[in-house]
Amino acid sequence: MIIIKTIEDFGRYVELIGSIFAKPEKFSMYWKEMLRQMNDIGVGSLIIVAIISVFIGAVTATQFSYQLADSFIPYWYIGYIVRDIMIIELAPTITCLVLAGKVGSNMAAEIGGMRQKEQIDALEIMGVNTASYLIGPKILAAVFTIPFLVIFAALLGIMGGYVVSSFSQYLTPADYEYGLRQFFVPYNVTLMMIKSVVFSFILTSVSCYQGYFVRGGSIELGNASTQAVVMSNILILLADFVIAALFT
Amino acid sequence: MIRAENIKKQFGDNVVLRGINTYFEQGKTNLLIGRSGAGKTVFIKILVGLLTPTSGAVWYDGINFTQLNLRQKKEIRKEIGMLFQGSALFDSMTVEENIRFPLDMFTNMTKKEKHMRVNNCLERVTLEGNNNKYPGEISGGMQKRVGIARSIVLNPRYLFCDEPNSGLDPKTSIVIDELISSITKENNITTIINTHDMNSVMEIGEKIALLNQGELAWEGNRHEVLESQNELLSTFIFASPFLAGLRKRALEVPDNSSDSNP
Repeated sequence: MIIIKTIEDFGRYVELIGSIFAKPEKFSMYWKEMLRQMNDIGVGSLIIVAIISVFIGAVTATQFSYQLADSFIPYWYIGYIVRDIMIIELAPTITCLVLAGKVGSNMAAEIGGMRQKEQIDALEIMGVNTASYLIGPKILAAVFTIPFLVIFAALLGIMGGYVVSSFSQYLTPADYEYGLRQFFVPYNVTLMMIKSVVFSFILTSVSCYQGYFVRGGSIELGNASTQAVVMSNILILLADFVIAALFT
Repeated sequence: MIRAENIKKQFGDNVVLRGINTYFEQGKTNLLIGRSGAGKTVFIKILVGLLTPTSGAVWYDGINFTQLNLRQKKEIRKEIGMLFQGSALFDSMTVEENIRFPLDMFTNMTKKEKHMRVNNCLERVTLEGNNNKYPGEISGGMQKRVGIARSIVLNPRYLFCDEPNSGLDPKTSIVIDELISSITKENNITTIINTHDMNSVMEIGEKIALLNQGELAWEGNRHEVLESQNELLSTFIFASPFLAGLRKRALEVPDNSSDSNP
């Protein structure tokens, strides 16, 4: 039964995503909506992404300082570790997991609320392609904006590590800076960008899907919002593994 | 004119509509009445294309709407206005933005032209000066009128209203009824109203279709309602003892209007 439902859901999801790729009724309206979404996703998430990233970088540096204490591995390795772990894994994955909770649940609730208040029906009757108008700009906005948030997160994470190095009894800022400049592989940045684009597509499309097909009342809307976050998180982690397996 | 041809609709094992044949004339206020669960909303959703019938066809002025592809349906839909039961206004937009939305989406009018058109519509529904209010800041009756303004802003040829009087006091209901009826006449459009309101039936029902358990049980106009011997119609419209008594008295009193107005 669960397998059949999963296949049904997947089919409906693919059908919905397929219907997004239609000619817009009016390009300027879609553009306006995309800019609004870019602002909501990008500017609206800056603070939370900044706080989380600085702490993740700081915690990573602190933990490694502790683990490398009294070992034969030089301390400057911490700069190298924090840089790569932020770029390859933590910045794209943690940022997108957080955004699935913040942006994804918001999108599911917004579209679900519109469904319940018959606003989507009203748009349909006007002749608007609702999937295209309501979901398309959100996905595009996320795919363009979230990679910048991820870059921002990686930079702030690395800075968080630097702050720790200033106060650490083992690590010095000079060591940390030296480590940051060692063994840099530009391909890792490409990997970070691939991850951020894929994850942002997943988190927006899954969340919009959950909202678009919501039925019932406020309890179902709450469930859809929760489901959007849970499903997005699971799929992001799954995609993370697949990308790691395929590209590294 | 909109014509429904043998419309059947089934959800799984649940048969909701059992072959409805009827038509709704241009320039008239057509009412769809029936008890809750009779299939009115499903029928109206099939008429506007929000649901696909299991079998049968919907014809818009000779065009088989059911057979059209999505793009062709969208063209017809641009000529449809619909007022929803809950008004379905976009709550994060102002009254003006709500009414302007179809103009923004489907026309190349200038900002000034759109503003003028919005004001014309607001004037038509007697809501001048409420442009910058949000739907949450106005009453239910005003929301319905904004809904009407939005549905007529593109000068539709077909107007659908799903329970326009629900949740409104009798006086506001009359205002809404008169508004819909006069817009129908002025613009010579085909209007279909799904209603439970007996006052609407008797005041503006130029064509009335009674649905019962997914079937068309009676058709006629408001003048024929009183004299109809249809049991289902009588028990539905004159359900309360008070209304049944009024009907009895109305049928007993001879009509002398022609004598008094020579």
